[in-house]
Amino acid sequence: MSRKMKNTLEVTGIYLFIGIMFVVIAYPLIWTLGLSLNPSSSLYSASIIPENWSFTHYKWLFFDPRSDYLLWYKNTLIVATATSFFSVLFVSLTAYAFSRYRFAGRKNGLYAFLVLQMFPVLMAMVALYILLNTVGLLDSLVGLIIVYVGGAIPMNAFLVKGYFDTIPRELDESARIDGAGHFRILFTIMLPLAKPILAVVALFNFMAPFMDFILPRIILRSSENYTLALGLFNFVNDQFANNFTRFAAGAILIALPIATIFLLLQRYLVSGLTAGATKG
Amino acid sequence: MTGKTEQHNSRLAAFLSIIPGLGQAYNRRYVKGFIFIAIFIAFLITCSRFINIGIWGLFTLGEIPGLDDSRVLLSQGIISIILLGFALTFYIANIVDAYKDAQKIKEGWKVPGIREGFQNAWDKGFPYLLVSPGLFLLIFVVAFPLMFMGFLAFTDYNLYNAPPKNLLSWVGFENFISLVTVPIWRDTFFSVLIWTLIWTFVATTLQIALAFFLALLVNDPRIKWKKFIRTVLILPWAVPGFVTILIFAALFNDNFGAINRDILTPLLGSGLPWMTDPFFSKIALIMIQVWLGFPFVFALFTGVLQSISADWYEAADIDGASRIQKFTNITFPHVMFATAPLLIMQYSFNFNNFNIIYLFNQGGPAVRGQNAGGTDILISWVYGLTFESQNYNMAAAISIIIGFIVAGTAFFQFRRTRSFKEEGNI
Repeated sequence: MSRKMKNTLEVTGIYLFIGIMFVVIAYPLIWTLGLSLNPSSSLYSASIIPENWSFTHYKWLFFDPRSDYLLWYKNTLIVATATSFFSVLFVSLTAYAFSRYRFAGRKNGLYAFLVLQMFPVLMAMVALYILLNTVGLLDSLVGLIIVYVGGAIPMNAFLVKGYFDTIPRELDESARIDGAGHFRILFTIMLPLAKPILAVVALFNFMAPFMDFILPRIILRSSENYTLALGLFNFVNDQFANNFTRFAAGAILIALPIATIFLLLQRYLVSGLTAGATKG
Repeated sequence: MTGKTEQHNSRLAAFLSIIPGLGQAYNRRYVKGFIFIAIFIAFLITCSRFINIGIWGLFTLGEIPGLDDSRVLLSQGIISIILLGFALTFYIANIVDAYKDAQKIKEGWKVPGIREGFQNAWDKGFPYLLVSPGLFLLIFVVAFPLMFMGFLAFTDYNLYNAPPKNLLSWVGFENFISLVTVPIWRDTFFSVLIWTLIWTFVATTLQIALAFFLALLVNDPRIKWKKFIRTVLILPWAVPGFVTILIFAALFNDNFGAINRDILTPLLGSGLPWMTDPFFSKIALIMIQVWLGFPFVFALFTGVLQSISADWYEAADIDGASRIQKFTNITFPHVMFATAPLLIMQYSFNFNNFNIIYLFNQGGPAVRGQNAGGTDILISWVYGLTFESQNYNMAAAISIIIGFIVAGTAFFQFRRTRSFKEEGNI
């Protein structure tokens, strides 16, 4: 009897704790949703459940001539697609070389990658700013893409190399005996087998431009080149109380698709990360 | 043919290769030798002037104020160093190549035909070809800026002494020395450093502890709707971080934020100064970071917990192990073993977690007698020094310190965990 009591008590305790966590997690999110549906634009009058629902702020974002929201969305999509594509390309080439070939400088190269992945690109922000300024890529999406791709290589190359290492060498060796060339082995054997980790890399790098705020802030200057994160930050930063509801609406529109993709794919993300990290 | 090979001199081949290609020609690999010498001459013609100016610029940082831009000269100098490094590598490779080929000829190796030679070169050069695009980008975007930053820390580049109007000059370790001797820099540096370390340790550890606890709770066989619970718990990770931080900044706002207005005022009678008092700002930041950061670790731990074989626990049950014993001897080692490198990455991520500090209240509130805000960590202080007060030299010096801390600890830890793992594999 007492054991059963203890059991029920424990289970209730666990549910209670999880319930509290649910509230803590949901509160800010629901608050934002409520705010974005609030017809007035000030934070003062905002309540978590608006008295009269309205989509004014969403409409403003899309249809008001003063709103650059769609342009920002387009910029972000361009940056995200390009970053994702080129990262996967360069990363898989690099990782393939490090995983399958024994060449002079390989070990030092690996160490260099290991060390470089620890330095955030952010650390060299002054230098990046001056560098992009001299080559004329400041305030351009191309400059932003280059920085993203370059910064993504060391870390992701490690992940993918770890995954390649788990693919049996017999597969590509037998293909080599059958006369397959280097590129043929890479494209017809290695890459198809490494799809899960490549998907992880692609997704990570696709989402990064949606979430990153600081690099665009350093690189992009004019409003028509802004990415979403930077544009939205300026909503809040310019006149805090005035535009917060608009920010909330814009934020919901970013968070929804990203969170959905994320939740659908997070299982692969995690397994890819652990596989890559432990085999590193 | 075979008689000649005995006299073939590998030292002579290496010596001749001081002019690239000659040694290869001596080895009767004429096409290879021709390609080597062509590359060598092309490099001399195109790059020597650039490298010459670059090295001059690196030493002098320019001589005529207003005309010579020290920043451009500095970047040319760094590019020259990188070019020279590559050239030197190729040069040494060329000598080694001549020596090795000659050695092989001496042992009776037949020089391959042109076709076969190209095939060999393609096979040997292929990995370099694969690595080169990535390497080029890496140098351009990561290595070059980091080197630039490194050099900048030894100059006097600030708001009052800025190119192109003024010339920069080398000042040695002066910036680092003033960081620990000039009172305002010293006070700021140490208080920021201490807060950065506290922040990294407390925020990350709480994050991991909460994640571990939740992962254990949800993994309990008596709990139902596991999938749903896990999805909700992962939600903070799925929502873009900058969005949530800005939302929290509004929620914690002293005057109209919902936390003060709707929760604390009814409970305590008054709100707390989340934005204006450094202590409460720090508390708020740590709470927000735990909210943001635990789901990732939770997802990791959940994956590992599910992969622990039930046999372990059955065996423990037979031996009569208590719940705590099972935890300390089975669950905890398993989880830590599988995730240690990623957990270390969490620490180094938080050490440089610029977004949360900057987006919450720009590192504020201001503190008397310091040139950093009350919640500034090193990296956000660097940002402030760079883009607000344009103290580029000091920003660079602090960046170098950050770099040493991050690289030192992480490298050490990676090596340790790796050797630990290899032992575990036996």
